[in-house]
Amino acid sequence: MEVISNHNWALTVGTFLPLVGVLVMLFIPKAEEVLIKSVAIATAIATLAVGIYTMVQFDFGNAGSMQFVAQHDWISVIKSSYYIGIDGISLPLYLLSMVITVLVMIYSWDHVPSPGNPKAFFILMLILQTGMAGTFIARDLILFFVFFELVLLPMYFMIGVWGGENRQYASLKFFLYTMFGSALMLVAFLALFFKTGAESFSIPFLIEQGMNISRTTQIWIFAGMFVGFAVKVPMFPFHTWLPDAHTQAPTQGSVILAAVLLKLGTYGFVRIAIPVLPEAAKAWAPYIGGLAVIGIIYGSFGCLAQTDMKRLIAFSSVAHMGFVMLGISTLTSFGMNAAMFGMVAHGLITGMLFFVAGSVKERYHTLEIKRISGMLLQMPKLGWILGFCAMASLGLPGLAGFWGEFPAILSAYQPAPGLSVNVFRTYMVIAAIGTVFAAGYLLWMFQRIAFGEPTAEFAAGHGHDEDIHDVNKFEWIAWTPLLIAIVVFGVYPQLMFKVLDPAVGVTLKAFGG
Amino acid sequence: MLSTIATAAWSSPTIDYHALAPEMILGAGIVVLLLLDLFLSDSRKWLLTPVASFTLLGAFIPVLTLALSNSGTRQMFDGRYVIDDFSLVMKGMFLLSGYVVVLLAADYIREGDYYQGEFWFLMLSSLMGMVMMASSRDLISIFVALEFLSIPAYMLAAWRKRDSRSNEAGIKYYLLGVFASAIMLYGMSLLYGISNSTKLTEIGASLGSDVTSLRALAVFFVVIGFAFKISAVPFHTWAPDTYQGAPTPVTAFLSVASKAAGFVALVTVVYVGFPGSHAVWQPVFWILSAATMTLGNVMALKQTSIIRMLAYSSIAQGGFILMPLAVAGETGVAESALRAVVTYLIVYAATNLGVFAVVTVVARKTRSGEISSYGGLFSYAPGIATLMTIFMASLAGIPPLGGWFGKFAAFQSLVSAGTTWAYVLAIIGGVNSVVAFGYYGSILREMWMRPVPDGDTSPVPVKSSLAVALGITGIATLLLGVLPGIVIHFGDLAGLAGAFGR
Repeated sequence: MEVISNHNWALTVGTFLPLVGVLVMLFIPKAEEVLIKSVAIATAIATLAVGIYTMVQFDFGNAGSMQFVAQHDWISVIKSSYYIGIDGISLPLYLLSMVITVLVMIYSWDHVPSPGNPKAFFILMLILQTGMAGTFIARDLILFFVFFELVLLPMYFMIGVWGGENRQYASLKFFLYTMFGSALMLVAFLALFFKTGAESFSIPFLIEQGMNISRTTQIWIFAGMFVGFAVKVPMFPFHTWLPDAHTQAPTQGSVILAAVLLKLGTYGFVRIAIPVLPEAAKAWAPYIGGLAVIGIIYGSFGCLAQTDMKRLIAFSSVAHMGFVMLGISTLTSFGMNAAMFGMVAHGLITGMLFFVAGSVKERYHTLEIKRISGMLLQMPKLGWILGFCAMASLGLPGLAGFWGEFPAILSAYQPAPGLSVNVFRTYMVIAAIGTVFAAGYLLWMFQRIAFGEPTAEFAAGHGHDEDIHDVNKFEWIAWTPLLIAIVVFGVYPQLMFKVLDPAVGVTLKAFGG
Repeated sequence: MLSTIATAAWSSPTIDYHALAPEMILGAGIVVLLLLDLFLSDSRKWLLTPVASFTLLGAFIPVLTLALSNSGTRQMFDGRYVIDDFSLVMKGMFLLSGYVVVLLAADYIREGDYYQGEFWFLMLSSLMGMVMMASSRDLISIFVALEFLSIPAYMLAAWRKRDSRSNEAGIKYYLLGVFASAIMLYGMSLLYGISNSTKLTEIGASLGSDVTSLRALAVFFVVIGFAFKISAVPFHTWAPDTYQGAPTPVTAFLSVASKAAGFVALVTVVYVGFPGSHAVWQPVFWILSAATMTLGNVMALKQTSIIRMLAYSSIAQGGFILMPLAVAGETGVAESALRAVVTYLIVYAATNLGVFAVVTVVARKTRSGEISSYGGLFSYAPGIATLMTIFMASLAGIPPLGGWFGKFAAFQSLVSAGTTWAYVLAIIGGVNSVVAFGYYGSILREMWMRPVPDGDTSPVPVKSSLAVALGITGIATLLLGVLPGIVIHFGDLAGLAGAFGR
């Protein structure tokens, strides 16, 4: 693979700049809240600026090659190096993480959840940003692992300290599930390292050498990675931590979790597990596809049964990530493109839905769907934004969600050579039925919340008028970019596909597709 | 026998003063301490603390110069006392751990109106034993070093002599320690009977790789003797009571330095003395390791007292350190297993000393040893709570803090062995590291997510010596995690297994 190393400082700066902000913030007294928030947001914006500079300098004609590559000694004794780079697959996710962090921080300006302490809250978000960005650019397995794990503790605290009533249970569950997956993943990484001659942890090297491992061994190593990544995605049956974590997390935590953290899992499949272990990927693909469609249907049924708006959105995540995994499991360029697009689209749309849910909670102090009604009368703007996001989420053509979902289903019609066509066509049918459910649960939720008259409890003059107000300034600033992006990528998906496609082609080289 | 010794021509052994400088500085410091203690009035006894700490830092200087001199392995007394990279790394670790313990103990000892001079004297003596242990390559010197480091530690554990718990701590530690020494000595006597030598390399040559029941028994007894020292299950029963009863700085000392010394001895004996007998010691280590980490973790989950929890945590960590030894005899694994043990010990020392520094600081305010007394610590002492978070996460093995690399190195050598048993142990270790978060996480939960139990949110005072201790350990824990290469580059451990003369 061709390697381009111009401006090789850009990725390092973009990844670690948030930590510089953290260092500065450590020396600001806790009481200076405005200063703390300003420094944090300035850091996040500066980071995003570096990210945008990276995008501007990115050679789009060469999106399939690694760019901005930097490589230095790190832990030479275990043959691991500080090796980073970015290509068409990483770039959208790398930027997504930065955009989401900035927006979440702006939203947090006047939405720091109880028990307050903006200093700690913003510091944790900046650490999260470093972990997320680092995962997407790491080209060395150990570096990847360290960044992958770096997001654990901040998210644990975010849920556990600033979360809802059941926060301690939810945060521990999140942590233990992820850690269990990581432990197996690490053993798999080590096994891979030794089976390829114990020479290097660099991913390109492993991609070259991985295909020489015997099929049975590949399948076992893939199994370890599968658990690690599948917990993060999360795939059925490893998803049970997600509804709890999402429901209990503060709005900001839910948004980051849905928009970026879940993608660390799918990214791991696309970047590491599948290209390094092609034989095992072929052997596992039908099972991954099977679990993916089970996830789609199970998530949809889960949604239909929920009485809590946030929990409903969480289950819809399980279903949407099912589409992403279905696209990946076809091992075709078409499916993989759809999956990558779906990851970004899901990040934008579900992130937005969690923002709205947070604002609904703030106004009504509840997310019980049956207690809320007539939102369009009380808060027309918020109501229509919710409607817009619901449409985007159910995959309405013309909005971003469509381009993740529809091609993913279509790709199952013709999976990669060697995979059973009948099995995948069955999956295709089931997934298509899933979209109907998706329309059902989202529209039903929207209908119950937004239409009709406000319930007696929240009607005007019952003591809630103070809280029930339409979208405010900070919400507009935080949401507008996401709403615009949902439309832009929906109308002109080629914008992202042309970046993704060459890189996907390189990833799938071993499959001849 | 006696007559032959008497008639043999006596030539004095050549002494490499540079190589012995750490021991000599320590020895001089010990004597100075004793003398000063005699002549200083009670009001000026605090002067002994800086003397103790400067002795330790002074002894560290030659360790550094030896490491930098790059002159290869130095041997003395017919190869029975060896200064190589391994011993230098461990000596450095003992001396620096000792220094941090002095920082932890300084105020405790001064305020408690205890016998300051004797305390420092005993502590430095014990450290002297450890420093000697790192170089000993002979059964006699290993045994002497072991007793040298243990006997003062028995007395230190019982330091609060009017406290029955402290007495219990000392007595339990002493009785079980002596029992272990007896078992080990029995094994050593068998070894001497088999090989007619006390020098480890000669024992190794004479044991060879064939296993007879007598040889197996000898190896087994020696290993079991050290298993007491490192509190491996089922020989761990003294640890929780001793850790809880002993003064907190002494507990820190026992759980870090003394445990590391046990591992150093174990590694030396196994690598130099019984390299061929891995058929005997590998299964023993496998069982000890699996049992130690599992039982330690399960027991730690139930504790409500922070010190008892740390005691079981320390037992469980010992199980992780034992993991690589269970495969150290496989072809090509010896070196990475040794590196894993050394790395883990260093990381563990930095982290665990930090934990004890936090415990000391917090206990000064809350006057409680319960885990629940950490409730809401983050809200009124965010700095200390953050440090404790770093230490706990490091013990749990979460990147990018030191502990992850220790665990990583251990897993690496297991996977590199590639046997079924190695994989099984790796999976047991993986599950255990998840379980361990149950209790490390409970501290985090108390600090970050629970209310302050007594509503007292006045700031926590941090004495300057404790602040230094917290700074050193905190920075070390972070740095070891982000740039683990520095530990490994310090001693070029690549040649380490070879340096044992194999």
